Amino acid sequence: MAVGMSQVQSLAGQSQSQTSLQPHGAMKGYDPGAFFCEMLRQGADPDPTLTLLMSRLAALPLDSLRQRATQAERDLLERGITFTVYSDATAIDRILPFDLIPRVITPQEWQQIETGVVQRVRALNMFLYDIYHDRKVLKDRIVPEALVLGNSGYCEAMVGFDVPFNTYVHICGTDIVRDEKGVFRVLEDNARTPSGVAYVVENRHMSLRVLSDLMTGLRVRSVDEYGLRLHNAMADIAPEGVADPQVVVLSPGIFNSAYFEHVFLAREMGIPLVEGRDLTVENGKVWMRTTSGLAPVHTIYRRIGDDFLDPDAFNPDSMLGVRGLIEAWRRGSVAIANAVGTGVADDKAIYAYMPRIIKYYLSEEPILPNVDTRICAEADALAYTLDHLHELVVKPVAESGGYGLLIGPHASKAELEEFRARLKADPSNYISQPTLKLSVSPTLVPDGVRPRHIDLRPFAITGKDTWVLPGGLTRVALREGTLVVNSSQGGGSKDTWVLA
Amino acid sequence: MDTLPTQRANPLISRHAESTLWLARYMERIENQARILDVTNTFARDADDTQNWLSIPRINGDLAAFLKKHAQATQRSVGEFYLLDSANSTSVQVCIGAARENARTLRALISTEMWLQINVFHGMIRALTPEAIMADHFTTVCTQLKEGVQEHTGVTEGTLYRDQAWHFYMIGRSLERADQTTRLLDTRFHSLAPQFAANDADLDAGHWNALLRAAAGYQAYRREHPNGYVPMEVAGFLLANTAFPRSVGLNLAQIEWHLTQLRTRYGLRRMGTALERLEDLNAAMTYPNVLSLGSDKLSPFLDFVQGQIADLHGDIVETLGL
Repeated sequence: MAVGMSQVQSLAGQSQSQTSLQPHGAMKGYDPGAFFCEMLRQGADPDPTLTLLMSRLAALPLDSLRQRATQAERDLLERGITFTVYSDATAIDRILPFDLIPRVITPQEWQQIETGVVQRVRALNMFLYDIYHDRKVLKDRIVPEALVLGNSGYCEAMVGFDVPFNTYVHICGTDIVRDEKGVFRVLEDNARTPSGVAYVVENRHMSLRVLSDLMTGLRVRSVDEYGLRLHNAMADIAPEGVADPQVVVLSPGIFNSAYFEHVFLAREMGIPLVEGRDLTVENGKVWMRTTSGLAPVHTIYRRIGDDFLDPDAFNPDSMLGVRGLIEAWRRGSVAIANAVGTGVADDKAIYAYMPRIIKYYLSEEPILPNVDTRICAEADALAYTLDHLHELVVKPVAESGGYGLLIGPHASKAELEEFRARLKADPSNYISQPTLKLSVSPTLVPDGVRPRHIDLRPFAITGKDTWVLPGGLTRVALREGTLVVNSSQGGGSKDTWVLA
Repeated sequence: MDTLPTQRANPLISRHAESTLWLARYMERIENQARILDVTNTFARDADDTQNWLSIPRINGDLAAFLKKHAQATQRSVGEFYLLDSANSTSVQVCIGAARENARTLRALISTEMWLQINVFHGMIRALTPEAIMADHFTTVCTQLKEGVQEHTGVTEGTLYRDQAWHFYMIGRSLERADQTTRLLDTRFHSLAPQFAANDADLDAGHWNALLRAAAGYQAYRREHPNGYVPMEVAGFLLANTAFPRSVGLNLAQIEWHLTQLRTRYGLRRMGTALERLEDLNAAMTYPNVLSLGSDKLSPFLDFVQGQIADLHGDIVETLGL
């Protein structure tokens, strides 16, 4: 079913004549109900590209969609775009299910997401610089000191240590959802080693293979620049005076479930994919073991958690890291991305303060709001939370608190009362949020094309400046009614088309 | 055969160099196993021609391991041992598993197409069932294995970037080919090899024929030697003919070239030991020298060459400083 050029050229006229979008053909019976639909966009002006895309989709027989889906699945397995699950002695390669109906983001929407992510990454880096230096944000009582200094992601070794451009979070994944009114909201920051970018690029390649007729003529922004941009940022942060810095990706190895992504990153940057055993620290410098002897390493994009990076500095039992690495880093002979100690910034507890953190450092309103989050340590927030307990999600903030969370609408009367008592006893350990009504996207399921909830993780790279990949990982909750998009719980992914 | 000097010296992680050697060796080994199984199947008098089937565990040096599991060497038992048995370290199951694991290690370095082909080939081999060793499937499966490796070889030729990793890959392939050819030849010269009386000349010719066909050398041999089979001439052909792709001599010469490239173009200065060993081996790998050995001294010579090939692999790995 190739779409001819004449249809493409009539795009403008088609959109002007069509006022509302009605599901038909393969999309017949599609009804998002009260949820915001990323394709129908209830209440918004119809976007000509979306109109065209939907009419192309609707014109495809369901069988054709299913055939393509089967082909895509086989393709992912054959290409080894998989994560490995270990049970007992066997290793099974699983794919992240790919839903072939793309999620589309208009230029206006992208403008907000892009500037919002850049703003957030700036604030995160300024916050990290501050807490590892002057701690003004704590002195001014913007964020409670205990939440930061007692946080498991906080790293004492970072105090007073300067990193190039004051960038700590070089690679950031910002989890964004859209509520029932179509408002984008940040759900979570991933400032340690966010994963998923390989799927952004591989999903695009998949679309080009199995859906090229749907894409014909549409101005979808390319995602192929990621490797180049990442390499540039890694070169930016390399020690000064190195003309052609050697960058490596440090992986825990082939048994890591995200190994495919590590391969992807090294491949896209054209650099070695190393393990801890390939590196050594001598004379305060980091070297890799090559066929012609030890060769210098200048920047390490590490996909190993802080605790495992260096047995001398952190977990002494770690076999994955490199002895002496942190000392070499502190001497400035090597750069590490992301910096150590960024975990404190993407913590649930800090998340609640992010709107204030943004205002504090940038004197700007957040371009992307948080999900409405109430900090129960504050009197009016506590009162509201207690009054609306049955409709809220209440989460413990400090991991040591460990009492689990409450999902109000699902809790029994007794559970609500029990939780109420707990909350009153230690309010500062909790935040509350409304239950989310995530937006939906048409998704191919056994019943046909049906609405399923989705989220979005754009990826931002920061060296000297921040660049946001025009695309992102759209995760989809494949099970009806569920909001959980995680791959371990029946989640899949979609290609994300940012329109030019 | 010359490659252009690279713009920048791309370093190669030592561990990756070793993986590259092994990737090539395991893939090549699968093709050789398939060739030997196939040709034995074709030329054995019947499925229970134990003498012939037994020659395969003998070639691979795992007679004891084989006999521990199987009372008799038959198409079924040898087929089971080499095509299906994932506990046998020389089976194609183990070879493809090891090849894929090395390819996984090298995935950022080798071409995407190489990885894809190995991954799919791995799936095909892992899916083999006892049906594969039934008489009516045996040849088909051997052909699939052979063609799977040939596809790999072709994809590699057409897509693998020719820097250090390629040289290591080519060395691995040549090491394995040279080793396998000595093993193949040994089946006929070994003291345990089937001995035939003079009146069994036809049978004897059949075996030489099978041997050359297993090495894909029958036609080339015929062109060089149009009349019959002189055992020592077959040996000379498989060892010293540097025009034959699977001869020991050609493969050693290729290893020497790749090692020299690594030394001169990539500054791998520690190749001296390996190159010296190769020089000695190459000197022995000439027609006159092979012919002068005579059939009784050939088997010890083949053992010696196998040992030298193993040591050569060791010499090269030694330079990696792992």
